[in-house]
Amino acid sequence: MAIRTIHHLRHHLIHHLKPYHHSCLLLNSSVTPQTTASVLWRSVSHSSSIPETGVGSNLKDSSSKSLSNSSLNQTEVAKFAAIAETWWDYEGPFKPLHLMNPTRVSFIRSTLCRHFRRDPLCHQPFEGLKFIDVGCGGGILSEPLARMGATMTAIDAVDKNIQIARLHAETDPLTSSIEYSCTTAEQMVEEQQKKFDAVISLEVIEHVANPSEFCKSLAALTVPNGATIISTINRSVRSFATAIIAAEYLLNWLPKGTHQWSSFLTPEELVLILNRASISVEEMAGFVYNPLSGEWTLSDDISVNFIAFATKSNK
Amino acid sequence: MRTAFLTLRNRRFVFSSGFIQNTVVRDRLLPRGFCSGSTGEELRSSKSESKTEVDEYDVAIVGGGMVGMALACALSNMPLTKHLKVSIVDSNPALLITDSFKRSSIPDSRVSSVTPATISFFKEIGAWEYVQQQRHAFFSKMQVWDYTGLGYTRYNAKDIGIENLGCVVENKVLLHSLLSCFQSNADLHKSIIPARLSAMSLQSPAPYTKSDLPGTEDNNTRKHSGRLAKLDLSNDSSIYAKLVVGADGGKSRVREIAGLKTTGWSYSQNAIICTVEHDVENDCAWQRFLPSGPIALLPISERFSNIVWTMSHDECLERNSMSPDDFIKSVNHALDFGYGSHPHSSFIDKYIGKVSWFSGQSAYSVKEEFQVPLKVTRLVSERMAFPLSLKHARDYALKRVVLIGDAAHTVHPLAGQGVNLGFGDAFSLSKVIAEGISVGTDIGELSVLKKYEMERKRANMTMMAIVDGFQKAFSVDLGPLNIIRAAGFHGAQYITPLKKNIISYATGEQKWPFFT
Repeated sequence: MAIRTIHHLRHHLIHHLKPYHHSCLLLNSSVTPQTTASVLWRSVSHSSSIPETGVGSNLKDSSSKSLSNSSLNQTEVAKFAAIAETWWDYEGPFKPLHLMNPTRVSFIRSTLCRHFRRDPLCHQPFEGLKFIDVGCGGGILSEPLARMGATMTAIDAVDKNIQIARLHAETDPLTSSIEYSCTTAEQMVEEQQKKFDAVISLEVIEHVANPSEFCKSLAALTVPNGATIISTINRSVRSFATAIIAAEYLLNWLPKGTHQWSSFLTPEELVLILNRASISVEEMAGFVYNPLSGEWTLSDDISVNFIAFATKSNK
Repeated sequence: MRTAFLTLRNRRFVFSSGFIQNTVVRDRLLPRGFCSGSTGEELRSSKSESKTEVDEYDVAIVGGGMVGMALACALSNMPLTKHLKVSIVDSNPALLITDSFKRSSIPDSRVSSVTPATISFFKEIGAWEYVQQQRHAFFSKMQVWDYTGLGYTRYNAKDIGIENLGCVVENKVLLHSLLSCFQSNADLHKSIIPARLSAMSLQSPAPYTKSDLPGTEDNNTRKHSGRLAKLDLSNDSSIYAKLVVGADGGKSRVREIAGLKTTGWSYSQNAIICTVEHDVENDCAWQRFLPSGPIALLPISERFSNIVWTMSHDECLERNSMSPDDFIKSVNHALDFGYGSHPHSSFIDKYIGKVSWFSGQSAYSVKEEFQVPLKVTRLVSERMAFPLSLKHARDYALKRVVLIGDAAHTVHPLAGQGVNLGFGDAFSLSKVIAEGISVGTDIGELSVLKKYEMERKRANMTMMAIVDGFQKAFSVDLGPLNIIRAAGFHGAQYITPLKKNIISYATGEQKWPFFT
């Protein structure tokens, strides 16, 4: 099935995708291919990811008080602000995200180590590289990347998220250097502040009103030959069943109404809009939840949660 | 002597550089170049200069015994963890001894029987080469039998195609080897702090409230509290660590302060350990189950072997106070015909043996006859007695604290598995920490430590249950039970797959018993 998916993509996309390389991974357990047990459970077990932020840019509503250049959806902002304080509570509303985090970080680590030719066995492989985390939430992704040596900038449209993230990062010397600011990708492009070696935006694009404009902003923030990493939820029957019905209504993992199924992007659509922004997708992988072990693993199955590693063409 | 070491190093530094300097030398003692002499007064004077810097470590290992040291070595040896700042907190002066032990001296009576799995762990962390330079004794054969004379089992390393079943090494040799290994990897990030743990606070941060948001409160007070455990030491200093590892043995202070509960029981048995001399060379480990507990004879060199003899409190008192000659007599008695006759093979055994033979996978040792163990001639060490108990921590980990080795579990010594389980813990924890670092996690996070706990708890509990089961099965002298036990011996002796399975599990080659 995994092979079929890849095949399907190969024929339909302008840029072909490489299946995800298990061999490049560093350490075993969190990144092994699915076990038989999890296959059995797969049809009911996929869960959605959590919105990592209110927004990156171009939100569906176009009125904002705090950030004039960006259009924020006030209900979205309120939704995330309400649970912002629980970002670092491992047993709180963001628990599924904490469980998923090591898996997505290991994808980022292996793809970026390869792209930037860094030694994956070094404890700080990203030393000297500038990364931006667009839609950083409480800093769940920014902190691990900072520990791996990256010079981190992290932005989020929700002011409260930024305050929580700053406060949490301050307690560790390795993460206290993260530069947090409450802004959007657009605004950063407009201000022409700086560009980044890697632009990472996880679980954000499905909350954005105009994904292709958003991708253009991400591209504008990336240096030539730089990398872009995006993760989101597929618009499939399975994702409707799991990300919405199961995660929001049955398991109560997510507040009801967190996701709009219709605004999800399929991998094909994501590849196309990234391509229009001069970013070509090199690798894709799916995340699969195993309810028996409670762990997420990387997989070829991109029918629900998926992550894409892309590079910006050298223009 | 330990304190003196501090001072001397400091003094040397002061003299050579010409001005008084800082804490770095004092508190980040390089474990290299231990020396002794000097008094405590100088220590106090040097300490007062050092209050300026806060000592922060990534990992503070409380207890520099074999298991704690093994963890330190593993961490300093792996590419993903070698940058970590590791300190070992231990007041044991043995950590300051640098001389190798002479092979000609009489072996110490505290020995461990390390499994092939432990040996490969030692090789991986680079400590085995140091063991090889010192005294150690491999054994490739093992004989287990009981006093009823109804059955026996012989194991041979060749049964599962390995060279040895294990290796008997003095604890001081293991510790010294690990210490040498640790020193060879040592840099400024590694240190041994010669002190005891007196208090510890884990200072988990309060849930964030509005008043915690920046600007509303001075955040400096939180800086060290949120993400570090604070350890107060007996030398009046304090250190901070992201992760505190309790490797401080069965009476773990870390476990006590952290409030981690244990379950377990005492066996109302004591063990006597000692070193004995014999005339014949020995390459076999012997274990005989007697009514009050097993006696084991483990080879430690050509002429010396180690005795671990489990018995009741009263017997222990008696045997500990009898003359060395009488004690040797009772050892020989216990290993030979005492309490019952030698077991013999019956025709049924030969039949079972033949069936296995036809199936084409007969184990090497199936046809080995029962052997009478060698005679010991002389007691060459003190007799040391200690009570036996089983203890298991219900949880191995909290945020920022984790237990390894005897701090997490103590077992009956009858199968010689205790320290091997501890090394298994050290190995597993080092891997889990490396994994956590590869995904940028704070290594003190509970989510990281729980992985270690999950992996080790199952392994440790399985082994403990088996060893405890053996202890109970052999402590009852009852007709029917004796027969079941005899059947067990026969099965283990003649049914090849079962035999191979037992060896693989006991040598640590295989993770779980009875599943392949």
